[in-house]
Amino acid sequence: MENKMKKGVKRIKGLSLQVIPFAEVQGLTIAQRVKKILSLVLGNKIVILHGRLRAEEEARLIEDTMALVDHVKNFKGIELAVIEPDLRNRSIFIKMKYGIAKRLVGDNSALTVIGPATVIKEIKRDPKRLELMLG
Amino acid sequence: MFKLLKKFSARIFGGLFRKKDNLKIGFYGPPNAGKTSLANKICKDWTGEDIGTVSNVPHETRNVQIKEKVEIKYKGKTLMFKLIDTPGIATKIDYENFMKFGLKKKKAKKRAKEATQGIIEAIQWLDDMDAVIIVLDSTQNPYSQVNITIIGNLVARKIPILIAANKIDLKKSDVKKIESAFPEYEVVGISAKEGKNIDEFYESLFKLSKKI
Repeated sequence: MENKMKKGVKRIKGLSLQVIPFAEVQGLTIAQRVKKILSLVLGNKIVILHGRLRAEEEARLIEDTMALVDHVKNFKGIELAVIEPDLRNRSIFIKMKYGIAKRLVGDNSALTVIGPATVIKEIKRDPKRLELMLG
Repeated sequence: MFKLLKKFSARIFGGLFRKKDNLKIGFYGPPNAGKTSLANKICKDWTGEDIGTVSNVPHETRNVQIKEKVEIKYKGKTLMFKLIDTPGIATKIDYENFMKFGLKKKKAKKRAKEATQGIIEAIQWLDDMDAVIIVLDSTQNPYSQVNITIIGNLVARKIPILIAANKIDLKKSDVKKIESAFPEYEVVGISAKEGKNIDEFYESLFKLSKKI
């Protein structure tokens, strides 16, 4: 019975997800956040960050990624995408509610997905959906 | 404290006395969108010289390239600026992709190394720009994180933006998709290669310079 189950389970080699709650990175500096993310990505993990990075953090993430591509063998970079609630057709009241929450507790209504480029082939992203194409 | 004061006074007095002919206008975007093709078109039209080489192989521009004093005269108006063409920004670089274009392994690895350094250089130049033209390939999906990251960083730095939706000469081109992806910004469809809509682009460039 156990053998049968084992046979039915398909293993995806090298795929591992790590969820980081917003509270875990809230108090970190830009450099610390980026370092934390990249150390997980270098361990072949797909990071799901509750919340989104600020624009300058995203730029720093790309800069540090490029420095690593240059120095770490077989590391070819990252795939990065942010999923945010689609507020385009929502009422002004809902938009305001999101705006106030964003100011008070930071932008944690979004999800940021970051993974090694060798594991994620492509992140197809449009405002309504997100697909991870695994390599 | 001293640093802060210095920065503050530089911003105040720099803004007061900055001459319009010292403007720095950067060309940003993902690789192979046609940044250098557009920069070449402008330089050729107004200085008679190219700024860089173009190629189908991604990351042909791997250093920031500068053309000093580009003077555009259009409908009785003059605009003088420093044109800064930057390497395409990406989140991944794989030398094996260059080999698909016929490059030998050694050359492909060298290109990848230079490309990573070029991306770092491009990001570091963001702080120095007065205005930026984001060049996007209008045949590609505009909702890429790189595009959003570039725009987000320019907005955070309060740098005026113009989006050039390039390659409108191609069948798959979809300028409307870019307009709906970035409705807050002016989008002008062009073909840098064929010079299509370039007058409209110059018109938008003058409008952009007024926002500085």
